[in-house]
Amino acid sequence: MSTATMSAATSVIKEKRSVGMGIFFLVVGLAIVVLFAINSTPDMTTTFGLNPGARTNAPKVDDWILPTRNALWLLAIVVSFIGGWQLARGFKRVNLALLVVGLVFVFAFLIWAARGTSMNLLGMISASLLRAAPIGFGALSGLLCERAGVINIAIEGMMLSGAMVAVVVASLFRNFDAVHPVTGAPLFPVWLSNIGRTLDAYNLSDAVPWYLLLGLLGGILIGGILAAFHAWLSITFRVDQIVSGTVINIFAVGITSFLSQRFLQPIQALNSGGTFKILPIPGVSSIPIIGPLFFEQRFIIYLLFILVIVIHIMLFYTRWGLRTIAVGEHPKAADTLGINVFRMRYINVILGGMVAGIGGAYFTIGSVGRFDEALTAGKGFIGLAAMIFGKWTPLGAFGASLIFGFADALQVKLQGLGIDQVPIPSEFMLMAPYIVTMFVLAGFIGRAIPPASDGIPYEKD
Amino acid sequence: MEANVEATPSSPESKQPQLLTLLSRLLDTILVPVLAVFSALVIGGLIIIVTDATVYAAFREEGVAGGLVMAWQVMATAYGAMFSGSLGDTNAISESLVASTPYIFAGLAVAIGFRGGLFNIGAEGQLLVAAGASVVIGNSIQLPAIIHLPLALLGGMLAGAIYGSIPGYLKAKTGAHEVINTIMMNWIAIRFFSWAFTGPLRRAGGDAPVTDEIYRTAYLPQLFEGYRLHWGFFLALLIAFGIWWLLFKTTIGFEIRTVGANPNAARYGGINITRITVLTMALSGALAGLAGASELLGLNHFLAEGFSPGFGFDAIALALLGKSHPLGVVLAALLFGTLRNGATRMQSIASVPIDIISVVQALVIVFIAAPAIVRWIYRVRTKSDVEGTTFTRGWGA
Repeated sequence: MSTATMSAATSVIKEKRSVGMGIFFLVVGLAIVVLFAINSTPDMTTTFGLNPGARTNAPKVDDWILPTRNALWLLAIVVSFIGGWQLARGFKRVNLALLVVGLVFVFAFLIWAARGTSMNLLGMISASLLRAAPIGFGALSGLLCERAGVINIAIEGMMLSGAMVAVVVASLFRNFDAVHPVTGAPLFPVWLSNIGRTLDAYNLSDAVPWYLLLGLLGGILIGGILAAFHAWLSITFRVDQIVSGTVINIFAVGITSFLSQRFLQPIQALNSGGTFKILPIPGVSSIPIIGPLFFEQRFIIYLLFILVIVIHIMLFYTRWGLRTIAVGEHPKAADTLGINVFRMRYINVILGGMVAGIGGAYFTIGSVGRFDEALTAGKGFIGLAAMIFGKWTPLGAFGASLIFGFADALQVKLQGLGIDQVPIPSEFMLMAPYIVTMFVLAGFIGRAIPPASDGIPYEKD
Repeated sequence: MEANVEATPSSPESKQPQLLTLLSRLLDTILVPVLAVFSALVIGGLIIIVTDATVYAAFREEGVAGGLVMAWQVMATAYGAMFSGSLGDTNAISESLVASTPYIFAGLAVAIGFRGGLFNIGAEGQLLVAAGASVVIGNSIQLPAIIHLPLALLGGMLAGAIYGSIPGYLKAKTGAHEVINTIMMNWIAIRFFSWAFTGPLRRAGGDAPVTDEIYRTAYLPQLFEGYRLHWGFFLALLIAFGIWWLLFKTTIGFEIRTVGANPNAARYGGINITRITVLTMALSGALAGLAGASELLGLNHFLAEGFSPGFGFDAIALALLGKSHPLGVVLAALLFGTLRNGATRMQSIASVPIDIISVVQALVIVFIAAPAIVRWIYRVRTKSDVEGTTFTRGWGA
């Protein structure tokens, strides 16, 4: 195919896509009218609470009251305008317009869902952040591995293992003086009790006790170990990376369920690790609205923010990061430049596993404080989808996981509102992240191009 | 035989009798799988020992010798229970074959996917959808058995085929990797049926999330009185033969295998990649659907949560163990069915959690996928194993 016909073909596709997008925007605008605006009465108002539910340092902000019907009509007009513009002139950055339309539609949906009643908007965004956290960790983990050229489908297994190890380690050091329910004899050896007691005395803060940090470390370690195994299989033995990842997943599900039934269920002291409490950052947490959202969170959420920024800087602004990208795109060229491809891949995969371990720890010591079988529920795979959605960049992955987290939080909120207010069964809302993932993978937001040598084992000749 | 001798006059194999060559080739093919299963069971046994409190108690109180004796006893009890539970008497054997039936179908599903270069992890969702279709056909209309049963089976197959072809189509048209799409569709199916069990499909007159039972005319009949073994088992064997014939004796099978081995060569040879990809996934989905349909029509007769204890995931291990060949898959499925049946007994007698089987399976896959590990452990030299087989390609087409 000559370049002329190639560019003609791509421009035809672009043309079709932009027209399709324009029509899509108009349809969305119509949907807002037909689905939402018509179903509301003129005197309805929607109240959005803007204060976090819990105790906070920030000053109280008044609730935001909207006239339901007028607001919906306004939003519908805005979307239709965007659609018309797209058809007539076309946006240069279509994806940005798509994002805006998406946000407006979601906002309209919220206005309609809370018609005649009130909804805590800030609480909802905060819940989205919390639910996005494991997906975000998973996405970052996948990102580190894939940028170096190794597909890591074992994030789910690593998270599951990280969850269990984190809670067990934290429980060991927290319940060091636990006794057998029947005999009354101490469950754990003396040296453990001594360590636990000393740690207890030197806690940095109530929100970040030592036993939780040790649990976190345990999760990181098991994530790293499993990742090392994945790397060993796929880099040294050149096993198909998807097979070796699936193996780790099956193994992790099996061994965590096995150990959970053998040890965690009979001995409750091993399965109550406590959780990270809210840790407000003095000063910034007093800013209204933004303060409680970003600066009055648990330690593990702060870790997520830090990781996103650190990985972004490391990947794009350091020598190590650029070498990683080189290894992922063109390992042969990197090799001839003297970069040790195998070592870079090993290190990146192990780092990825560690991040996945943190993500796993979130499920237990970051939220409920105990391990239940298969509690990750596919979040590791959604993390991969978020990574693809975010085009293999840390900030993109974080944004994508926020979207998925929002879908999750929305589903819970709607269940609370009741089936009469919002006639969509909760199971369908639970399906939403998976369906969105499929749309994303199908290229709805444009072709997502992975690192060039992703999934291909490197052979030195 | 004469041609061999002329072509390689100095090769020692040409001087061996034909039987021995055949035996050595057979040994090559099954040695690694057998060693893999053996190693996996040994490691599984070690895990059982290491997590048993009585072993530690024995070490503490009776010293090393006593501890070792206890360890051996624990392992012997566990595996003894497993063997007696799976092969001990006719009832046990019947149960093992019953357990193998869905594995044969699901294993074939994944195997045919692998042959076409596709990793179908969606067998779980496909079999659920198919079971749903079968249960609806089975409990909503009454027809003479000669029509009802085949209709229910076909309905299940078709539902599975359609559900499987969606990721196939997405892969062919947009390059979206079937691994994530099939996993997503698994979850979609599970959530959908969670809703359906409490809504339109719920059994009348109660709150339990179960469906109505199917009419007797849609049952897959039992083979012998008193045993749960049903005709689904023989159907599975028949289908396995059919798949072998399809893959190795027809043009379509050749096209599927070519696309799997080398899509560029296939395209050059004029094979329509899109058509074959969708067809492969549809076939895979249909086979997985048969797993669900046969379980439903032959065993449960109604549908509820927790219908499948992970057939779809175990099937991956099966397909790898059987080297994606229908005969290998059948043998592997028989093995896994036996193991799983035995594990149930192991759980009730020796109180070993049944999840140890997942660990054993995972280890089997590791040893199969990296034959070098097995060879390194046992210092075996085989020449026919394919090193570093690529089953699928990366994310983009």
